[in-house]
Amino acid sequence: MDYTLREMMAIMAAREIHDGDIVFCGTGISMVAAMAAKHISAPQSIIFFETGAIDSKLEEIPMAVSDSRVMYGAASNGGLLDAFATMQNRITGDHVIGILGAAQVDKYGNLNSTCIGDYSNPRTRFSGSGGACDVASFVPRCIIFMQHEKRKFPVKVDYLTSPGYLDGPKGRENAGLMPGGPTAVITNMGVMRFDNTTKEMYLAGYYPGITPRKILDNMEFSVDISKATEVPPPTTKELNILREKCDPQRLLL
Amino acid sequence: MGTGAEKLMALDEAIKKYVKDGCHLSIGGFTLNRNPMAAVYEIIRQRKKRLHCYAHSNGTGIDELIGAGCVSRLDIAYGGNGKAAPTCIRFRAAVQQGKIQIEDYSNYHMSLRFHAGAMGLPFIVTRSGMGTDIVNRWGYSREMRSKDPKIPCKKLEIIDNPFEDWCGASKVVLLPAINPDVTIIHVQKADKFGTCRIEGLTFCDADQVKAAKNVIITCEEIVDTEELRKKPEYNQIPFIHVSAVVHVPFGAYPSACYNYYDYDPQYLNQVSKFAKDDTLYNDYLDRFVYGAKSHQGFLDMMGTDRLANLKADKKTGYAVDLDRR
Repeated sequence: MDYTLREMMAIMAAREIHDGDIVFCGTGISMVAAMAAKHISAPQSIIFFETGAIDSKLEEIPMAVSDSRVMYGAASNGGLLDAFATMQNRITGDHVIGILGAAQVDKYGNLNSTCIGDYSNPRTRFSGSGGACDVASFVPRCIIFMQHEKRKFPVKVDYLTSPGYLDGPKGRENAGLMPGGPTAVITNMGVMRFDNTTKEMYLAGYYPGITPRKILDNMEFSVDISKATEVPPPTTKELNILREKCDPQRLLL
Repeated sequence: MGTGAEKLMALDEAIKKYVKDGCHLSIGGFTLNRNPMAAVYEIIRQRKKRLHCYAHSNGTGIDELIGAGCVSRLDIAYGGNGKAAPTCIRFRAAVQQGKIQIEDYSNYHMSLRFHAGAMGLPFIVTRSGMGTDIVNRWGYSREMRSKDPKIPCKKLEIIDNPFEDWCGASKVVLLPAINPDVTIIHVQKADKFGTCRIEGLTFCDADQVKAAKNVIITCEEIVDTEELRKKPEYNQIPFIHVSAVVHVPFGAYPSACYNYYDYDPQYLNQVSKFAKDDTLYNDYLDRFVYGAKSHQGFLDMMGTDRLANLKADKKTGYAVDLDRR
């Protein structure tokens, strides 16, 4: 069955979500991924939003985390303080998996969603942190969505908005952050993970038709490709659920 | 702060009375939901200048205020507005051109800062952001901060946990409180004294209200006090915090108001298109904001069919099957 790279990315992220996870969702493709996980492999996962809605019904795709569609049928409609406390609090926070996107990611999974160029005089300004810095500070597991392009995988991010492993294995601890950090970077070409010891990014999988060489060509820094294997494509079942149940109006896919 | 007196006021009068040039302002809502848009457009029509705004993620409203040149400083977490503008377009242009001064925080930071303001604390604690440039890079310089008594001397501060390693935290971030001169929010229901009932997500509105010296409430419906007091547990804001109440149906349009109407994707897409070009955007303001004279005038331009199309479904609270491309 034919599929698009966006569909592949959504399915790859869905495969990272375990049953019982509380899934912190941003806008766009992360919502489709969280919905796909719930319909495919993690029916007991719980989707929640930084605006304060938890376990929303999501009969239609929300276009923003404040969309009234996240309010309908939720277990509770609170506010931002409730949502972030859920992640800062270890009792619930340790069960949260975050899904984030960014303009840049470095080899330690630090994210930039603020600006390109110098902060005081930026060439390009982006939206800024939103809740991303908070999520990345608090939760033990994070999935990052990226497009594989050289400028998006720089040696050093222009502005460090959301913490990954900062400068390496002891980075988070030295800064005073909770344990955590990104677990996977899912791109339009493959899946990267982080070495347990060095906390450096490595290539774990590449999509059918993509080579590890091509992935390296699309990054400013180099990563270990020795452990990489080809990722199985989405199954017909996964694709059908994604298209029919998660985004039938084709708003995001 | 308000008394037990009736506070019904016309929108233009409320803005004239409470929103002064150079004042510190926060607006309620979040990206494309429940922004007090009628009030935002009235601020623009009254050509308010040099506002210092505080926002977690007030996409629709803040971008228009910036675009119209009302804002000179902005403490913000997120300048985006859903699919129509992943980065708010006038916000982006203003920052890139150095037309506004900006201080970046996270959404939790900004929410906590309002919460501290509401509680009367000088600062509040979190474990978010250590090791990031949100901590390391400051938008407002120390010099600027030392000269202006209305802003704190530091962006934030990191200290060792004074309770040693209690709760496993070695360090914490301290964030300064915000006490805006004015907060404006749009709610579904209020009475004439200012008691409010928000339906759906409350975002950070109640803290923004309680932190502010003056508060303007715009609402879809003015409801009898007795009616609201039958279920006081559903009311988030008691009248004591409120200075003015303005009845403005569709007062959040073109953003959404849960249980009343959806956001208008067509309008938001159109603004995004205009916002990319200075001339087009100025023409847009001339026609739809200055030219409308009032929010009712603006709604009349949109037409009843268009607004009816956004009407929320009774069960879900939004417009089911709305064309949102």
